[in-house]
Amino acid sequence: MTSPSKTKRTYFLLALFLALRAFGNLSLAWGTKHLPETLAADPMVYLRSMLDPGVAAGIVMLIVAMLVRLALLSVADLSFILPMTAIGYVLAAALGRFFLQEPVSLRRWLAVGLIFAGAALVGSTPQATSGKIEGAQ
Amino acid sequence: MTWILVVVIVVATALSDLLQSFEMKRAGEQSVGARGLRRLLGMVVARRYLVLSIVCLAFSFFAFMALVQSAPLSFAVPASASSFILETVLAKVWLKEQIGPRRAAGTLLVLCGVVLLGR
Repeated sequence: MTSPSKTKRTYFLLALFLALRAFGNLSLAWGTKHLPETLAADPMVYLRSMLDPGVAAGIVMLIVAMLVRLALLSVADLSFILPMTAIGYVLAAALGRFFLQEPVSLRRWLAVGLIFAGAALVGSTPQATSGKIEGAQ
Repeated sequence: MTWILVVVIVVATALSDLLQSFEMKRAGEQSVGARGLRRLLGMVVARRYLVLSIVCLAFSFFAFMALVQSAPLSFAVPASASSFILETVLAKVWLKEQIGPRRAAGTLLVLCGVVLLGR
């Protein structure tokens, strides 16, 4: 049903999406922390902030991440992608922990374990089940 | 107000994802090379459902920002993660995706993990 090359492609797109989103958010956070002005209700401040290279790079990465997710949705089910992309929460928490050097509590380890176990279980199901894609082939 | 925001986030997120999934299933397999990305970008501005999905995404984004301004993140993250359930159910009903016991169990495990992570 699902060819090995299609499976490989799905995981490649998934990894690309997770990396782009994680580093996009990191770049955005890093960029905004270096801004001379605080982000307030004034929309001009937001527009000016986009001139900052960190913010601009972050926005570009997040836009590309969204496009990659669309490509991912073209090869796999929504109900397949949703739990798999939750691995991003683990990545975000891990990056945050790493940079803030906070200890990881037992509860967080448990959460990470549950997310990975759940993702592995979902990953063992066929990635595209809603069948006939109009216009394909 | 808090719960109104949660509802807006959950419904807008679910709607956005369902519209995107529906449209991309129709579009067929897409690539992410330079040409593929340009093509996808063109689709986002040209296809009605994708435009609508971006509008929903914006609603969910701003509602989430408003939520985290007043409610703690430890509430906001698990509360908005409940869109998982709604989306999976609607993916089965509307998009005709087959959700067997394994995928359902896996999704529930992930949900528990996300809720625990947010606390």
